[in-house]
Amino acid sequence: MKDSRNTGQGKSKVVKYNKWGYIFLAPFVIVYVTFQVVPLFSTIYNSFFENFRSGLIQIGPNWVGLENYKKIFSTPELMQYTKNTLIMWIIGFVPQIIVSLMLGQWFSDVRLKLRCSGFFKTVIYLPNLIMASAFSMLFFALFSDVGPVNGMLMSMGVIDEPFRFFASVGATRGLVGLMNFLMWFGNTTILLMAGIMGIDVSLFEAAEVDGANSWKRFTRITLPLLKPILIYVIITSMIGGIQMFDVPQILTNGKGTPADSATTLIMYLNRHLFSKNYGMGGALSVFLFIITAILSLVIYAIMYRKRDKN
Amino acid sequence: MKRFKKGLALVLAAVMTTAALAGCGSKPASDGGNTPNVSGGAEGKVLNIYVWNEEFKSRVTDHYPGYVKVDETNGKIGDVAVKWHITPNENNAYQNNLDETLLKQASAAVDDKIDIFLVEADYALKYVDTEYTMPVKDLGITDTELANQYKYTKDIVTDSKGVLKGLSWQGCPGVLIYNRAIAKDVFGTDDPAEVQKKVSDWAAFENTAEEVKAKGYKMVSGFDDTYRVFSNNVSSPWVVDGKIVIDDAIMDWVEQTKNFTDKGYNSKSTLWDDVWNKGFYPEGKVFCYFGPAWFIDFSMATQEDGSIAKNGGWAATEGPQGFFWGGTWICAASGTDNPTLVADIMRQLTTNETIMKEIVEKDNDFVNNKPAMEAMAKTDYKSNPLGGQNPLPIFAAGADKVDLSNLSAYDQGCNEEFQAAMKDYFNGNATLEAALANFKKNIVVKYPGLKAE
Amino acid sequence: MSKSKKTKVSAGLSIRARKAVAYIVLVILSILCLFWFYVLFVNATRTHADIQSGFSAVPGGNFWNNWTNLVTGSQPILSGMINSILVSSLCALFSTYFSAMTAYAIHVYNFKGKKFMFTFILAIMMIPSQVTALGFIQFMDKLHLVNTFVPLIVPTIAAPVTFYYMKQYMESTLPLSIIEAARIDGSGEFRTFNKIVIPLMKPAIAVQAIFTFVSSWNNYFMPALILKQEKIKTLPILIAQLRSADWLKFDMGQVYMMIAFSIFPVIIVYICLSKYIVQGVALGSVKG
Repeated sequence: MKDSRNTGQGKSKVVKYNKWGYIFLAPFVIVYVTFQVVPLFSTIYNSFFENFRSGLIQIGPNWVGLENYKKIFSTPELMQYTKNTLIMWIIGFVPQIIVSLMLGQWFSDVRLKLRCSGFFKTVIYLPNLIMASAFSMLFFALFSDVGPVNGMLMSMGVIDEPFRFFASVGATRGLVGLMNFLMWFGNTTILLMAGIMGIDVSLFEAAEVDGANSWKRFTRITLPLLKPILIYVIITSMIGGIQMFDVPQILTNGKGTPADSATTLIMYLNRHLFSKNYGMGGALSVFLFIITAILSLVIYAIMYRKRDKN
Repeated sequence: MKRFKKGLALVLAAVMTTAALAGCGSKPASDGGNTPNVSGGAEGKVLNIYVWNEEFKSRVTDHYPGYVKVDETNGKIGDVAVKWHITPNENNAYQNNLDETLLKQASAAVDDKIDIFLVEADYALKYVDTEYTMPVKDLGITDTELANQYKYTKDIVTDSKGVLKGLSWQGCPGVLIYNRAIAKDVFGTDDPAEVQKKVSDWAAFENTAEEVKAKGYKMVSGFDDTYRVFSNNVSSPWVVDGKIVIDDAIMDWVEQTKNFTDKGYNSKSTLWDDVWNKGFYPEGKVFCYFGPAWFIDFSMATQEDGSIAKNGGWAATEGPQGFFWGGTWICAASGTDNPTLVADIMRQLTTNETIMKEIVEKDNDFVNNKPAMEAMAKTDYKSNPLGGQNPLPIFAAGADKVDLSNLSAYDQGCNEEFQAAMKDYFNGNATLEAALANFKKNIVVKYPGLKAE
Repeated sequence: MSKSKKTKVSAGLSIRARKAVAYIVLVILSILCLFWFYVLFVNATRTHADIQSGFSAVPGGNFWNNWTNLVTGSQPILSGMINSILVSSLCALFSTYFSAMTAYAIHVYNFKGKKFMFTFILAIMMIPSQVTALGFIQFMDKLHLVNTFVPLIVPTIAAPVTFYYMKQYMESTLPLSIIEAARIDGSGEFRTFNKIVIPLMKPAIAVQAIFTFVSSWNNYFMPALILKQEKIKTLPILIAQLRSADWLKFDMGQVYMMIAFSIFPVIIVYICLSKYIVQGVALGSVKG
């Protein structure tokens, strides 16, 4: 009470201004609630009903409790598509993180004095901006049985008859991984490079005086200090991996061929949405929501800790 | 410019034929004598047509009197604007889009209402048995006008109460279409009667495949080429009482195709893909394809330089088994605001004998007019892609035998998913059991109302 | 003595060797990034027959033909382009302006629930929109917003990532004293925000506008579920349609041309703006 009387005028002014905080925040809150929170609850709500379209006839919604969840966890699809998604993510991510660390190290190494680094950075970031659907369609055309890649390999004498990329599980997953790698390693390189440049140079100098070679400097200094940003990169990439859709969807025409080995979780969701099966689609969405929410909390924890330190 | 002139000439010709016909007792819409049971007076200014490819559009563009092309998806008939809504068929995309629009038909603005939509045999039943499709009778088209049409084309679009809900301009009996040059090289003759002996049943077909392979050719292009021949000779529909049934004939296809693949009798292509497409050129080295009349015009690159079809390098014969494939039916959507025009389009394309004969001559199609086709079968009509052969006798005989009793509303999804799943088996990416399990799994996702086990 | 000398020599050598390795790797990676687009460019200029007959490293002379075939074909490619530009521009505009506004609210004012809001936005930042897509399209259907651009544009007002970037940027470039000074001059809060803060935020807005534009330009999942009518489809949906059966009747020249048409404008814009983009990526993350 005493405080408020002392600073009476100032505070009321602040209070007067502070109501503007709510006004400026309003668009975000209104839009977020309308387009995210309401859909989220309706998705969860849907997951407890049997609700689909059979031809032109609507079935349901009928309350079925946890039946959709039981169904989704008892059939092998969920496991298989989670596995597919994980495999294709790893195929793209492992080379991505290795190459990015290497490039990040080189770009930030003053003594290496790489020329044209601006050019290289521009080039490696380029695929990130390409429409994934167009990129995927392009790869489909290039790697088709009678496409240019097969043509080139044959004229170079590497193979005698066309290699059927899209009839091979490994090649299909490999191409999805390759595309994900190409689209994201530039981005990761730039993130890691910025992280490496943030490390105090005197640490490296001291290590060098102690006779540590570049590999040792990298493993003993760079890596440990990069840990938070590395975790950030890994988790965001995992969330991106769970969202994997455009590339395999278009490459395999939504079929995840061969043998459903390239079907991702979101493609599975898309199939349910396409056949208007809102019950099963809802249960799958809730499952995905829980996983991504957990991963998001991990990121939040990392960032929050960092903020506190600042 | 050349194309425009050609189009103009056709339109003029068509207008003249209609004018001529008007005097012959046929009833063009303009005479108003047959106005359907909808309030007369002004009809809508926009005709919305839902289709999945260019086939019907080109039939209307080339043969419907008075149709003027504006651009690829717009046209004009008199002062009515024609809008083509094209959604590809694959993965039920066309059906899903149509379903959404039909369900909103009642509340849609007048100019947005669907007037005409097309259906294929694979899913005709789904639409025929609903209120969304308008009885042909209500458009003012009488049974006598349709007397010349093949019975099966009417059976397929007749609902459970016996009401006819759509019309087709074509008949789709299938034949075996073989490469004359390869026939000469392998058998020393390209005469259809001689070649037929080589492919008269499946056992002969397989022996011939070995012969063809020995000369460095492929018997068929890929996995799906013989599919329709087997799938039309099934003894049970895909779905019985809400449960998926895999017929023995379909399993015969699996067995044969696996065998052919392992022995190198095909190029391992998939229907419509670019390797499959390559067989329409000499480099493809494919001996034969199976298809109905529309297949020749639609798929075989009849207009492309260097294609076998352009040089008349194909010939037709009955093949091992009769079958049909596809076929397109014109349905009027309930709630259409252009019933007179819709009725006239149906009449002109499916009952006007002059126009139908034009379709045969220009597009190599087989049309839905029994007397006309039987008469034409006896003429010296020559099909260019078939090297001057008159295939109509074979088609006409096949059309009489078409049996559609085993259709279901789910055929498109079932055929598509089954062929996709079996491809993994043929390619060696899955065992037969695994491939069948994949099919059962995915078909239930596609049609949540069905049971696979 | 001798030992330290030796290390120095080996270090000197290894720098040269490492430099060589670095260049080789960079060149290989650059080729890996650019090769596909080169083939795309070459094939977009060739006829179907040429493309079928094999690969060629030199462009053909059919560019103009493929182009006219494409625009006069049945794929509404030009309207697709216009739709894409319209949606992406509006997304970029809405997202950056309102994110700046949200960041401003958190940065400048003190109010009850501020800390909670900030924490909340950070926590939900990474949850992808796909997981609520089901409820989203159902809800849009009820509001009769299916087949309109509204469901694609308006939700970008609440863009947590853009917000976070703006907030970071404000912390380093927007001292509260400027706002105080404006208030003393009698400027209203909205006026201060629009006339003083937004101009100061220009660099951040530019970077985020580019990112939002590109991600909206490339977006396929949501538009494919919302836009069903030919005339309002965006480019990615049209590209995806190419993949299904009998669209262009297998004229590969046209197929390549269409892919090129949706990729090359972005590449050209990128080359002009690459400096800001690459810097922007670095800025956005590290500060976090």
